Amino acid sequence: MLKNRIIPCLDVKNGRVVKGINFVDLQDAGDPVEQAKIYSDGGADEICFLDITASNENRDTIYEVVKETSKKCFVPLTVGGGVRNVEDINKLLNCGADKVSINTAAVQDANVVVESSKKFGSQCIVVAIDAKKNGDKWDVYTHGGRNNSGLDALEFAKKMEVSGAGELLVTSMDRDGTQIGYDIELMKKISKKVNIPLIASGGVGILDHMVEGIKEGNASAVLAASIFHYGTHSVIEAKEYLNSKGIPVRI
Amino acid sequence: MKLSIVDYKSGNISSVINSFKEVAKDKVNIEVTSDIKKIGSSDKVVLPGQGSFKSCIEALNNISGLVDELNEFAINKKKPLLGICVGLQMFADVGYEETETNGLGWISGKVSKIDNQNGKYKLPHIGWNEINIVKDSQIFKNIENNSHMYFVHSYEFIPNDNKVISATTDYSTKVVCSVEKENIFGTQFHPEKSDKAGLKLVNNFINL
Repeated sequence: MLKNRIIPCLDVKNGRVVKGINFVDLQDAGDPVEQAKIYSDGGADEICFLDITASNENRDTIYEVVKETSKKCFVPLTVGGGVRNVEDINKLLNCGADKVSINTAAVQDANVVVESSKKFGSQCIVVAIDAKKNGDKWDVYTHGGRNNSGLDALEFAKKMEVSGAGELLVTSMDRDGTQIGYDIELMKKISKKVNIPLIASGGVGILDHMVEGIKEGNASAVLAASIFHYGTHSVIEAKEYLNSKGIPVRI
Repeated sequence: MKLSIVDYKSGNISSVINSFKEVAKDKVNIEVTSDIKKIGSSDKVVLPGQGSFKSCIEALNNISGLVDELNEFAINKKKPLLGICVGLQMFADVGYEETETNGLGWISGKVSKIDNQNGKYKLPHIGWNEINIVKDSQIFKNIENNSHMYFVHSYEFIPNDNKVISATTDYSTKVVCSVEKENIFGTQFHPEKSDKAGLKLVNNFINL
């Protein structure tokens, strides 16, 4: 039976790990390579790096981080943030990333997803959707949550599936950093809309939130940062808890 | 011992290289190459594969003499070869991803899309799944039955002869996830991304 995945996410800025609260007020918290290794040794099903300020700043540091991490971690490594085009994807994959997550570039030009999934395979193309609720719908935001594209998140999710995305990483901007739980309505609606796996992100504060994300939100995987990063829970604790709630996990 | 990882410009093979280097340390000479002479003089070959069946076959054919050399290596000289993911799928006679494409024809069978039961199962089949080892295989030495391996694929290899199947995994159907025919080995899952169990498999192949 296929297991639900737990993915610790490390937000990286200038080669250092940080974790944002609603995408601002960053706190330094360590070396990404070391952190990733701790997570993979601790049972993480995948590791995710988000180079959070990469859209605006020099991002060459991330390539070194990816190179070093991929020599030490033998679980899948997803890297995103500031990925602009097929060449950026190629570079990250060559450095040892297994998947690349695309956000702003996919919104601006769906052809980036079409071309890259053709060239490298859908298996390594993750489209990251930053969604924020406006009225009774969710809008897709770009540039690390700064700009509202005006696109409807559900329609956009479908479009990305058709364009060749292998997975969707859906972050609720309303919940990110709040620790009050995933936006279950959003996850549920998107996972119903598409046939590719959904990774839920944004808002985990307690382990029950992960259970909700999988059971109610129908997420294939749950991504979390703070809950692991500040030592509230270890990955294995999370897995044991999910297992006790009847969710299949790799232990 | 010399082991070649075939670099035929199809998809991302860094993780395969990293895992073999990690396991081999300095004991084994690992070459990443598309040079047919180097491949021919190797003791073992790893054939990775990412992207579509069609794009991988085309990429193999784009390197002059490569398919002939692989045939010589695996079929005539019968030296150990490990195919990973689409690398395994290419053993088949034919694949149906994008369009009908002939495979290497080493293990009789076809590669078709996993039956997702009208959307009941998500595709790609991504993540960790347990393998049911159905045949005593040297590449599973010291790997427990029901170990977790990392999968990411939408197509599956359906061999004509069940005897080549060494492991399956349960998804929408029983998906063939490992095959073995004499000196030819293949895994649908990614041992290079399957943590300790995966690295054991890499080690087993190196030690064959």
